[in-house]
Amino acid sequence: MGIKTRALLKSPWIFHMSTGSCNNCDIEVLDCLTPRFDIERFGMLLAGSIKHADVLVVTGAATRQCIPKIKRVYEQMPKPCFVVAIGECALSRGLYIQSYNCPTPIDKIIPVDVYIPGCPPKPEAIIAGILKLINKVSDHRVTDGSEASPAARNEVRTRGIMELR
Amino acid sequence: MAKTIIPIGPYHPLQEEPEFFTLTVEGEIVTGVEVAVGYNHRGVEKLSEMKTFDQSTFVIERICGICSTSHPFAYTQAIEDIYPIEVTPRAKYIRMIIAEGERIHSHLLWLGLAGHFLGYNTVFMWAWKLREEILDVMEILSGNRNNYAMFKAGGVRRDFHPDEIPVVLKKIHSIIPTLQMLKKAVTDDPVLHARTKGVGVLSYEEAIDFCALGPTARASGVAHDVRKDSPYAAYDHVPWDMIVLKNGDVYDKLALRILETFESIKIVQYCLEHLPQGPIDLGLKDVPAGEGIGHIEAPRGECFHYVLSDGTNRPARHKVRAPTFMNLPTYKATIVGETISDATIILAAIDPCYCCTDRMAVFDTKGRKMYDSEDLIRLSQEKTEKIRNKMGVK
Amino acid sequence: MNRQETLNNIREKFKGDIKNFLERSPKRVYIEIDANALIPIATYIFKDLGARFNIASGLDTRQHFEILYHFTFEALDMIVSLRVILPRDKLEIASLTCVFEGANWIEREINEMLGIKFTGHPDLRRLLLPEDWPEGVYPLRRDYKEWDPNAIRDRGV
Repeated sequence: MGIKTRALLKSPWIFHMSTGSCNNCDIEVLDCLTPRFDIERFGMLLAGSIKHADVLVVTGAATRQCIPKIKRVYEQMPKPCFVVAIGECALSRGLYIQSYNCPTPIDKIIPVDVYIPGCPPKPEAIIAGILKLINKVSDHRVTDGSEASPAARNEVRTRGIMELR
Repeated sequence: MAKTIIPIGPYHPLQEEPEFFTLTVEGEIVTGVEVAVGYNHRGVEKLSEMKTFDQSTFVIERICGICSTSHPFAYTQAIEDIYPIEVTPRAKYIRMIIAEGERIHSHLLWLGLAGHFLGYNTVFMWAWKLREEILDVMEILSGNRNNYAMFKAGGVRRDFHPDEIPVVLKKIHSIIPTLQMLKKAVTDDPVLHARTKGVGVLSYEEAIDFCALGPTARASGVAHDVRKDSPYAAYDHVPWDMIVLKNGDVYDKLALRILETFESIKIVQYCLEHLPQGPIDLGLKDVPAGEGIGHIEAPRGECFHYVLSDGTNRPARHKVRAPTFMNLPTYKATIVGETISDATIILAAIDPCYCCTDRMAVFDTKGRKMYDSEDLIRLSQEKTEKIRNKMGVK
Repeated sequence: MNRQETLNNIREKFKGDIKNFLERSPKRVYIEIDANALIPIATYIFKDLGARFNIASGLDTRQHFEILYHFTFEALDMIVSLRVILPRDKLEIASLTCVFEGANWIEREINEMLGIKFTGHPDLRRLLLPEDWPEGVYPLRRDYKEWDPNAIRDRGV
């Protein structure tokens, strides 16, 4: 495993982006920082800028105004990077499939590695999801995130959904 | 006088996109603001017409996460207004408990964010830790921390078990000392007074002209609260006071929300101790043709729903008006003439949804971007630090 | 002044412009008025009677268009809604921004959702819909159809 990825997994910095959500999932992500759940003990911090981030956390059903933003943010993230979709809206738009302002689900716009279902998922589920991401990726000896084998990324994806339900 | 502007921090990668709030400045003073909303627009009104009346309640709950009870409450009141019909006493009390519990958690969340913007990160951590206690209470009573799904047209969906009530009363009682400590920290701190008094003033006439609602209007002397003016549920049977302050600045809005939290705790305690027995649901089946209006006091102001029914099982028209829709334009009146280091806290004092404050940027008169939202929060925290050093307070 | 006196005042003062006066319940009154009389009646209710403007809601019944302006009388615990009917071929009405500032945003929203023009509005641009939304497509109309070929509307199962 490359030294970049090893360093990433020791202390992942998280950049949080909302693409048109009701803010419930966003507040549960912020709740992870508070003393009861405290993700800082795992070395996770909320990064102020996208250029310092390792993990992109996305919430919300992608509204039309936010689709160019998502693409731009993903391009600006330094690779290797991982994308975590939190909440039903980020998985498949949930209730808003028929909405005129939400045309496509997020994983048709950017590649997603871990899906955390729930409306909203509890902070325990969010922490478990991110830890699963770290464990699975380090198990598969990924050398560089951008060249991860499709099999490895697929494993994370399916295991992520099935074990969290 | 020519000034050199040094950009702070790396440029935000989303700088080319139009932001929510674009401030134009001359020097340090804000001269204009452009408000662009629509990033969260998910077309809920059109969705509601595609779903049945019962399904619509779940869609409506997810308009906003922080006031996720207010919208179904107003919606079910609108449907009950079509008949018109009143729910059972036990359902009224249960509805009040859930609504006031949500008000407590929403105000504590706001207190934490305001503390973060002003540079008091311990207030942020304390307020959100306290908020976890209330979320535990809501989880015991309804089963979930946020989207409670307790409301339906004609009553409530779930009942309280008598064993839960002493546990809940004990938990609520346990947050009062910490809340009093926070209140004292706010009212006794000279740095906070210097930072927030006289900042972002909304006058009485402006509050009436913009049709402002909720704490934003009550801090300017407009004595209106839906719970007192047109009492719904059982608010006229429970003893509580309406808080009205008169200066309209950020300090008044801060103090008002803390005082309202104490009133909400009183209401929840009274309701739990005097919960009447009886059925919780009227068993309504079909909604008759007609139109109904439901309005309730959400933590941010008055939430208004209008439902038109044509006798089928779907709404023919469902108009949703969240309180922030009327409060957000008041930002234009409060920010012009203030400094950019106060921009974040003046916006936060209206208490918009959290992600609204995430998208703010400052442009100088030539159209170059100077600061983005992270920089503005940092400027705000630095101003508090400067005042603290000037006053010699540790 | 109690509720009946207030309603009688409105009824007397604007006798010629009121087409229908429906009191659904003591607290909910729906008054159908002539479109030309909107500004005088709204000014009377807002400035002289001291009501608060709540919101306006537009509606496309298939025969015509309707706008309801909701005003709240806090002291009397009553909501009065003014109904204005607009024919399908002439979707225009005077803007209320000259009376109070609170009507600014809601008129922009009704304009982009239903296509009703508000004459005299200072700034009638888009509020909620994105910049690249096509002109002439109004989401809340009954004949709205999906115009985007790239939209994915099934659940993929």
